[in-house]
Parts: sequence; structure tokens; C-alpha cells
Amino acid sequence: MRVVIAEDLALLRDGLVRLLTANGFTVVEAVDNGPMLLAALVRHRPDVSVIDVRLPPGFADEGLRAALEARAQVPGLPVLILSQYVEQLYARELLSDRSGGVGYLLKDRVGDVDRFVDAVRQVAEGGTAMDPEVVSQLLTRHGRDEPLAALTPREREVLSLMAEGMSNLAIAARFQVTDKAVGKHTNNIFAKLDLPPSDDHNRRVMAVLTYLQATPAPPRSPI
Amino acid sequence: MGIRPATGGPTRKAATGLAAYALNGVTGLALNAVTGLAALVLLVLVLASVALVPVAGLGLAPLARVLVLVRRLAGFQRRWAGQVLGLDSDPGHSYETGSRRRAGLASALRHPGTWRELGWLALHGVTGPAPVVAVWAMLSALHYVWFRLNPMETSRLNTFALSLSIVAIAVVVLIAVPLFRGGQARLARRLLDAGPAPDARIRELTASRAAVVDARAAELRRIERDLHDGAQAKLIAIRMHLGLARGSRDPDEIVRMIDEARDVAGQALTDLRDLVRGIHPPVLADRGLDGAIEASALLCPMPVDLDLHLPGRPQPPVESAVYFAAAEALANVAKHSGASRAWVRLRHTAGVLRLTVGDDGHGTVRRDGGTGVRGIEDRLSAFDGSLTISSPPGGPTELTMEVPCALS
Repeated sequence: MRVVIAEDLALLRDGLVRLLTANGFTVVEAVDNGPMLLAALVRHRPDVSVIDVRLPPGFADEGLRAALEARAQVPGLPVLILSQYVEQLYARELLSDRSGGVGYLLKDRVGDVDRFVDAVRQVAEGGTAMDPEVVSQLLTRHGRDEPLAALTPREREVLSLMAEGMSNLAIAARFQVTDKAVGKHTNNIFAKLDLPPSDDHNRRVMAVLTYLQATPAPPRSPI
Repeated sequence: MGIRPATGGPTRKAATGLAAYALNGVTGLALNAVTGLAALVLLVLVLASVALVPVAGLGLAPLARVLVLVRRLAGFQRRWAGQVLGLDSDPGHSYETGSRRRAGLASALRHPGTWRELGWLALHGVTGPAPVVAVWAMLSALHYVWFRLNPMETSRLNTFALSLSIVAIAVVVLIAVPLFRGGQARLARRLLDAGPAPDARIRELTASRAAVVDARAAELRRIERDLHDGAQAKLIAIRMHLGLARGSRDPDEIVRMIDEARDVAGQALTDLRDLVRGIHPPVLADRGLDGAIEASALLCPMPVDLDLHLPGRPQPPVESAVYFAAAEALANVAKHSGASRAWVRLRHTAGVLRLTVGDDGHGTVRRDGGTGVRGIEDRLSAFDGSLTISSPPGGPTELTMEVPCALS
């Protein structure tokens, strides 16, 4: 799979190149700033890209902005954002085009190589990989998740692991149940969230989107 | 049978009012004539002392004494002007009098208030007695008309001239004299005032600066402690584990040590992340005040209506103070209000940044209620900002924070 990497810290950039190459990816370009990233994404149209949220020249959220702009030009272009911190605002912006192939992880997660590589693959395949911290922040909120009210506690747990990008098999292993049992849960979730049967992968994305966007966007109106 | 009013109704009231007005004017006239004369005398003394200074510094000692008298006279006039204009009495300026007269003189001459007083002295010396001179001139004219022009003959012309003179004097006394009194008061106020209560303002600034310095020092201590006991200690543990792994010959032991080192590194990262967030939230740096407030609203357990309009960015310290104040207010709403909705409104108008955080909870937020509100106030006071609380029992609660600042 062809990857574009954007990371301004040379040590970490080289580490990412080495890590992904060792796991069967082909790094087509590794850049260290926002404008070059956007050009590289549009030129190569990689299978997936791994992007640091904060990049030169502004050292603000150039990485995220370049990724959003690239997805506007190339719909569904898979991007995995790495960040030193998680911000619901950014997760929401990434998911706002309602297509899959997005990930948003804390930078620390690269330390867990296997799970990180899984997340990159998940995103490349059009799934989502949201950081457990994003997911847990959402879980601690009460009273705003009306669309999810119908779910049982176990179904919620399954949904949160789906949001993190886990496959049914991985979820089954986590709960020490059969793959089939998880499949039943996911079908119940799709039914309760009113997601008619279609491409299963896309339904997973839609379910996660519903989960992450359970809060209605705040209306921008005068009080 | 109603009770009759004691006074003779509006006409009589107006008459007594007019009389009091005229009386005030006349006393003001007399007073200003006296202080004006005193000012003239002092002016002459000041000039004489200054003229004597080149003669072996002979004028220095008298000058210092005269300046003290000038200050007293100015102080008297300042209080009088305050009474006339119905304003708070201005404490005036103060400068070190010093144990030695020479030091006191130097301090007085350096103070701009002294120069304003001297300017007032010269003006008042001229304008204070002037109306008395004018009235005297008019009375002389009347005297001239009455006795000199045609003393024995009461002709029509004579009566007319006399009446005219009396009317003129009455007009002057009733209208011009009180106007003069107000004018003198305003003149004194304008020349002698050093602005609105400078000492109180300085005390306020000193106090808020001290609070800022204290808060900064406490913040630095906290950061030092967090780094020292948190990330730094964990990095040492990581090194230790890696050292153990390197020295070990047991492959299982090596893997275990490396795994532990990795776990501790993860904890160190979490510590550092929390620390950074406490110093300056990354989302604030990335997205500015409106974006950062939007991000904190997303973490609120209840829906938050946002109405954020900011055409630019305030200075980073102001931005940070207002952001933390907003975050604190939203955290209070989440923790204590029992609200089902909250709202945040952000505007910048006429050089003032105004942030309102409201909720439909049960209310009764008080200034002395907890450290949260005090924390907000302290943060804002460093930038001359203010906090207004509207929180009746039963709600709704609205906190309004205002900070004067410019946008870039």
C-alpha cells in the first residue's frame, strides 16, 4: 500500500517511514510542511496518509487543514491524523464529509506498533480509527446521545470499539465471545440506528459517525 | 380639610430659590475676590523668591515655604470647587516633603501638580478679583449718574438712566455673578485636578499586579512540581528499565523490561500532555478564542448554544485569560448548575471583549460561593477586566466577563 507521511520532526518522520516500510507499506513521499503535504496528497493520491496535525509553516493545525482540503479535492482520500492531543472539534471536522477512511489518533499510539499498523490499514480500507480517548470523552457525556438511547450497554461497548477501528474478530477476542455473537450485536446496532443493509463496511462507518455525531452541531444563532 | 402647605406655593419657592442662587453668587464673588488677592500676593512672593535664587540660592528657602502656602490655597479652592460642582472632593496631589526643605522643594518642582498650581495661581490672581472691580466700576458709574450729572433735577432722562443702572446691576448680580462662580469653580477644577483619583487607581493597579505576580509564581511552582515528580521521574524510570534490559541475559526479562519502559513512557507523555494543556491549550493556539471555546463546549454534558463573533484575535495573554475564564465558567455549569441548556456569547465592541456564559439551571452563583468564580475574577482583573454575575435563586444564571482590549 502506498503511503504519504507528513511529520516535521525528523526523528519521528524517519521512525514512521521505517515502521511502515517494515510492515509492508511503500512510502511514496515523506514531507515536513503543510503546503508540500497538500501537493503530495493530490499528486500521489496514496492509499493512505499519516499526518501530524501540527506542521510548519504556522505550527497550528496545518496538517489537519491540508488533509481536509485534499479530501475536498479527492473525496474519500484516506487520512490518519496524529496529534499530541485529541480535540472533539477536529474529530468532528474529519468526519463531517460523512465518508470513511479517516483516523484520528494520539501520537503516543505509534508506540504500540501492531495496533497502530492495524489502524493505518483500517483507514486505508475506508474504515475509521478514532482514538480511545476521543471515544471515552464521548462516552462520559450524558443526556446528549439521544440516537444511541436505544442501545444496550453491551451494544454501546461494541460500537465504541468499532469507532476505534476494531474488526468484529478483534472485538470478539476482547470480550472473549464468538465472532458470531459480535456479528449479532453489530446487526442490532445497525437496525437500531436505522442503517439498512448495504455494504457492511460503509455501515460500520455510518454507525461510528452516528455515534461520534450524537450531539447535534451547536446552532449558530443569536441567543 | 386638607393641610395647607407651609410655603406660599411655587412662586414663593422660586423666589427663595432665586434669592439663594443670587446669594451663593455674591458669596462666591466675595470669596474669589479674597482668594484672588491672596493668589496675587503669593504670586508676587513666588516671583520674588525665584528672582532671589540666583543670589547664592537665597530664594530657595522662601520659595519652598511659599509653595507650601500655594498648595494650601489651591487645596482650599479645590475643595470649594468640588462643593460648587457637586463632585467628589479631589484629594489633590501629594509629593514627598522630605526632612530637608531643599529635598521637599526638588520633589515639589518635579511634580507636574506644582506647575499646574502655579498656572492656576496666576490666572486666579487676575480673574478672582476682576468681577469685584467690575461691580465697583458699575457702582461708581451709578454714583456719577446720580450725583454728578444732574443732582437736583429729577428729569425723565435722569430717572431713566438711574433705572437702567439699577437693572444692569441686578442683572449682573442675578446672572453674571453666579455664572462667574461656576466658571471659577470649573477653572480651578480643570487646572488643579490631576485626573480621576490617581491614588486610588494606583492602589488598584498595584493590587492587581501583585495578584498576577503571585498567581504566576504559584503557576511556575506547580509546573516545576509536575515536571519534577511526573515526567522527569518517569524518564528516569525508563532509563533504569532500559539499563536493566541491556544488562540482562534472560530474553523474557529483557522483553518485560522493555514493555515496562514503554508503559512508563506512555504515562510520561500523558503527564506532559496534561501539563501543556494547563499552560496553554493547543486548540487555543490553533484556532483562537472562538475555536477553543467551541471545543470546550463540545465537552459539556448539555447542549451549548454558541454565538461567537470575533473579527480578530486579542493579545495572547488576554486570549488565554478569557479562554480559561470561559472554560472555568462552563465547567461550573456542568458541575453545579443542574442546567439542561447553556449558552455562550462572544463579542468585541467599542474596544471591549464581552463574553457571556449562561445556563437555565437553578442559579444562586455567588462571588463568595467558591474558588471558581474568584478564579475567573482574578484572571480578568489582571487585564482590567470585570465579572458581572446575574444568578437569582431558581436561575437562569448569566456570567458576563468584560475585558478592554484591541484585536489584531
